[in-house]
Amino acid sequence: MAAPGLLRAAASSCRRILLAAPAGAGRPNAGPRRLLHVSPRPSSEDKVTVHFVNRDGDKLTAQGKVGDSLLDVVVDNNLDIDGFGACEGTLACSTCHLIFEDQMYEKLDAITDEEMDMLDLAYGLTDRSRLGCQIFLKKNMNQMTVRVPEAVADARQSLDMSKNP
Amino acid sequence: MSCSAGIVGCRRGPSLRFLLPKGSVAGIKRLLVSAEVIPRICIVGSGPAGFYTAQHLLKHHKQAQVDIFEKLPIPFGLVRFGVAPDHPEVKNVINAFTQTARSDRCIYSGNVTVGKDVTIKELQKAYHAVVLSYGAEDSRRLGIPGEDLAGVYSARAFVGWYNGLPENRDLKPDLSSETAVVLGHGNVALDVARILLSPLEILRKSDITEDSLTALARSKVKRVCLIGRRGPLQVAFTIKELREMINLPNARPFLNPADFKGLGDAIKDVPRPRKRLTELMVKTALEDPGEAMASRWASVSREWSLKFLRSPLEVLPMADGRQARAIRLAVTRLEGTGEAAKAVPTGEVEEMLCGLVLSSIGYKSLPIDPAVPFDAKQGVIPNDLGRVLGATGLYCSGWVKRGPTGVIITTMNDSFDTAQSVLEDLQSGALDVSGAKGGFDLVRSILQSRGICPVSFSDWEKIDAAEVARGKLSGKPREKITDPREMLELIGR
Repeated sequence: MAAPGLLRAAASSCRRILLAAPAGAGRPNAGPRRLLHVSPRPSSEDKVTVHFVNRDGDKLTAQGKVGDSLLDVVVDNNLDIDGFGACEGTLACSTCHLIFEDQMYEKLDAITDEEMDMLDLAYGLTDRSRLGCQIFLKKNMNQMTVRVPEAVADARQSLDMSKNP
Repeated sequence: MSCSAGIVGCRRGPSLRFLLPKGSVAGIKRLLVSAEVIPRICIVGSGPAGFYTAQHLLKHHKQAQVDIFEKLPIPFGLVRFGVAPDHPEVKNVINAFTQTARSDRCIYSGNVTVGKDVTIKELQKAYHAVVLSYGAEDSRRLGIPGEDLAGVYSARAFVGWYNGLPENRDLKPDLSSETAVVLGHGNVALDVARILLSPLEILRKSDITEDSLTALARSKVKRVCLIGRRGPLQVAFTIKELREMINLPNARPFLNPADFKGLGDAIKDVPRPRKRLTELMVKTALEDPGEAMASRWASVSREWSLKFLRSPLEVLPMADGRQARAIRLAVTRLEGTGEAAKAVPTGEVEEMLCGLVLSSIGYKSLPIDPAVPFDAKQGVIPNDLGRVLGATGLYCSGWVKRGPTGVIITTMNDSFDTAQSVLEDLQSGALDVSGAKGGFDLVRSILQSRGICPVSFSDWEKIDAAEVARGKLSGKPREKITDPREMLELIGR
């Protein structure tokens, strides 16, 4: 069950390598964005942009690489979604529950019984629900929008005193 | 290590109000903000409810100090002592809890029994708000004759035993009976059944205690019968746990087809979780398992079964009058349908031979301190969205707030809700933070005067490292230390 964790580790070490490259590359002025182009595989083709509509309606946009899970995208980009991915992508909770648009939902890989089992415990389950840790980015997902369900136990407006001191 | 280890001093300096320079309005505003009293909140209990409440408060309030008190030296409550050893994935939540505990606005103190070492009133003197998230430390009792015979255990104690809970380390359950009865149809019932029936080579790779492994290696248990008062449509376990039971490599399920015939119609309109759960039972009971599964089931010597519509009346003793021999059951029928259906005795009675009875009919919260209202009937602290009724400044989260049910996400959402209530009250002024509070410094001095030495989070990290190192020797993720004295010795007490 370590695979998603490994994936995540691999993704972040990749980034470290890319960012560490400038010294050796002898182009001190090149920023990280430039440097992405030095990677063996052109990044623009690998990158997939995903929009997350958070519980409060805020839109969070982030990029991931083909093969990353949506949980990887959230973790690697530090997206601020409360309680997301509690079991760290091991199919032991349903905190990475996401809701897809009709068209995209139809295109997703088939769902396993085990994922359905965990989704059964999710809050706000819909017929377009999946677990983010089980959805791996493909090129055709570029610019897709997924929605974080509200925790229905208490639909009060969430209050963030750090935003509003 | 001395008692003062890991202690962070009061962060509030002298009031800045009197030191205001002549400057812009914005500058004054900024200074006023920084001069505000730091809200000090403490949390009682370091299980998932406590840690999720702390996490939410720290994240959504950038000044609040959130301290956690725990009765045991070590943190994480039921994540360590409740979650089954063969479910390590669920324990990943510990990584997030560890980040919370390492925050410089959070002090963890283990080895502090609130209600005894320090009272709630004293905590309220030291903190602006006190959140009670101490869980459900007791089991509901069957209330039938024979409940205290040798061979009868609460599933909770059995779980505590194999998970290394200090109070259950000497349980030494008698596993010499071929038949075990588990009373209850919840996830704890399936957990104990699975541990009794799992192959040792699977358990050996888990963090189950070495003592339990030794006892399970000698276990004679071949059949586990899970008995419930109501029917298949009222079971409380979840589908993941049921599927694990069906897929056990060395035990076969026995589900009586008669219990499941005709259920198809009843589940047409029920919500998806109940529907899929029932369909899996129906499929297992009525359908051909396929060649591979059938040949596996034919070759194994262990079996588990679900028995419905039976209510325990009495555990019957052997001739010696001490040891359990059998259980007497009342046959019941259902009044009403669905989740609310009630089991009513039909008058028919039957007996079943068994030397091991595990009672798994639920956990129970206990009152912690006379200063806190408690609903003894419901076994919860009466509250409104986590605000303890009639007690300003007191909050609750987790099982002591809503009763002992649900999975990790239930407790997470519930704890976030309580944290929201605290944040709302801070913002609205319902929670008075105008006066500075002594916080942990004050509690520490109270504890010191009583000879209590808290265990800090860095102390726990030493214990953790020692457990992991011991586990490595036998190929386990950790070997839990089950004696609190040994934990304290390890950190130089």
